[in-house]
Amino acid sequence: MSEKRKLKVATTSLAGCFGCHMSILDIDERLFALLELIEFDRSPLTDIKHCGPCDIGIIEGGICNAENVHVLHEFRKNCKILIAIGACAINGGLPAQRNHLDLGSCLTEVYLTEPGLAHGHIPNDPELPLPLDKVHPLHEVVKIDYFIPGCPPSGDAIWKFLTDLIAGKTPELGHGLIKYD
Amino acid sequence: MSDSFQLDGAPICFEPGQTVMQAALAADHYIPHLCYHPEFTPHGSCKLCTVKVNGRTTASCTLPAEAGLVVESEIEELNALRRTLVQMLFAEGNHFCPSCEKSGNCVLQALGYDLEVQATGFRQLFPDRPIDASHPDILLDFNRCILCEICVHASSEVDGKNVFAFAGRGITKHLIVNSESGLLRDTDIALADKAMQVCPVGVILPKRVGFSMPIGERRYDRSPISAQALEDAPRTPSGAHHE
Repeated sequence: MSEKRKLKVATTSLAGCFGCHMSILDIDERLFALLELIEFDRSPLTDIKHCGPCDIGIIEGGICNAENVHVLHEFRKNCKILIAIGACAINGGLPAQRNHLDLGSCLTEVYLTEPGLAHGHIPNDPELPLPLDKVHPLHEVVKIDYFIPGCPPSGDAIWKFLTDLIAGKTPELGHGLIKYD
Repeated sequence: MSDSFQLDGAPICFEPGQTVMQAALAADHYIPHLCYHPEFTPHGSCKLCTVKVNGRTTASCTLPAEAGLVVESEIEELNALRRTLVQMLFAEGNHFCPSCEKSGNCVLQALGYDLEVQATGFRQLFPDRPIDASHPDILLDFNRCILCEICVHASSEVDGKNVFAFAGRGITKHLIVNSESGLLRDTDIALADKAMQVCPVGVILPKRVGFSMPIGERRYDRSPISAQALEDAPRTPSGAHHE
């Protein structure tokens, strides 16, 4: 009898702080149980640079530059189920606090007029992805199947959500695990 | 013997003059609500408390209780609509919970938790709403205003000061400060005012006390809002307490 196929999972952080990935690690020794059921494709944990066909994609952070948009499309194209994890992926979060400011004046203040950057210039290396005018949550760019709120969601919330999903149930967090902060 | 109506199959006794919301809360039955406050005249604007009565939807906070009504509240059809209302409120303002000192004590957030709202779902409007930090003791963060109008009533009806008002219409409707400069420092608002105590979200905040309560001990960390709203009940039109 063939062994049950492990689910392929890819993860990435876009305009996020990696706090949600730290929370994924916070499921602690249960990671061993999880690794019986899944294997990681593209992820900061594997350092694989591009994602192949996957069952589940987990994305932290919103969309703040052109590269974020490309990575998000790569995930949507390859993942059967796409999960937005954390406040930034869900509503823009901290990076979106710049949305009521003009991008040009933000860059001018940070790189030109702020004291201590006397010879500063606005970075323009072609390697650098261009920032977007506004920061957007993921669901404004591609279809997102599930959301795990929190800043970050706790390791327990991530564990509950993923084990529900892998078991084929509708993931439910419930009181104490669902958090927006 | 008092009259009764049915709420989700349970008989609810009521006193003449009570609304469906007041009678339900007095009888330990929770109906989700946001702009309803027991001490002020209900105006039925947030629609979170919408129930189905004899097949029609209506706001339970303004509906007078009547003998024989058949009221449905805790059904998936209504909770799905309530979820959408909460999502629209989150999309319309700038509700960035991680930096809000009302987080954990916020009624909008607690309703989101209780209804299992996992995402905004709509396009975020990201409105530009400058804060008013002009007052030495009080901060106004308009980013979080949900236009519940409770502070307007508290300031005029209890404090007798008329510090707050609404301006604009439709999507441009917003909370304003009733002073010539438009700034809070030019009003006679005081920390002890009723208007300081009633904001369900994080708009009207006393300065220098933020984040004083540790995570885990805040009001809605302890138990969901559906369990706690009943602590403030019974609620009667006169504000008198039920035995």
